Amino acid sequence: MNCDEFVELVTAYLEGALDEATAQRFVAHLAECGGCDRYLDQMQRTIGELGHLTAESLTPEARDRLLSVFRDWNG
Amino acid sequence: MSSVDAAATGDALPSDVDIVARLRARDEAMFATLIDRWSPGMLRAARAFVSDEHAAQDVVQETWLGVVRGIDGFQARASLRTWVYRILINRAKTRGVRDARVVPVSSLVTADEDLGPTVDPERFRGPDDPHPGHWRVHPAAWPSPEDGAVARETRRRLTAALAELPARQRIVVTLRDVEGYTGEEVCELLNLTAANQRVLLHRGRAALRAALETYLTSGALA
Ligand SMILES: [Zn+2]
Repeated sequence: MNCDEFVELVTAYLEGALDEATAQRFVAHLAECGGCDRYLDQMQRTIGELGHLTAESLTPEARDRLLSVFRDWNG
Repeated sequence: MSSVDAAATGDALPSDVDIVARLRARDEAMFATLIDRWSPGMLRAARAFVSDEHAAQDVVQETWLGVVRGIDGFQARASLRTWVYRILINRAKTRGVRDARVVPVSSLVTADEDLGPTVDPERFRGPDDPHPGHWRVHPAAWPSPEDGAVARETRRRLTAALAELPARQRIVVTLRDVEGYTGEEVCELLNLTAANQRVLLHRGRAALRAALETYLTSGALA
């Protein structure tokens, strides 16, 4: 496997979506290529960072309004 | 419910069956808990469709109103959270169209932005090289994330780069990697094939990695 093929298969590999033969070629390349090893690591670090993005909250006014609607709801 | 959701928010919520029963009994504390737990993720998901934070706030409020109206008729064909997100995506799409930020989620077929290499071909050796298709120069190492200022700036840049992604990639990456949905859930929510979902996810991730690379190896950090 070449590096330019490897980089396109990273997500499929992480998802377990590669067929067996391709997965084996992927891992074999990983074992012998420091550049692709680092690329895979950086993709995983990117994914990890995405999971840490801080979230915004609903405004207190909106929250209060929703709770009062809920209280008055007689569906 | 996704694994990330439970991990990120402390105590586990009751089961769907319990939650639904309590909402139908007009248990306000239960509703408040649900709003507090899920609204941050919903706001972020809404931002994938609409133009600004204000519109996202509106979409999330409308979604919760839809939940209040619909909870008595909720049938547990999907998880409660998937049902809520389905309402959210419908509202967000409507709002996105109104705001002229049209996201063609309904036509999630391959577009130009989904074709071609995700890494600049110039970074690989050409056909005349003894090792064609191999890195000319390996990707540079990134600094370890110990420095608090770097970590904050990394997240700021990542947020900005995420906002710049083509809409469909942005939505899939947001749901998968930020919100922690499984591939199956995302396919169901967005009506995507598994292969299409994976292409969008991969392209989005690769673009975000490249954005972080630009920042983390720019020399500005040294
Ligand atoms: Zn390689």
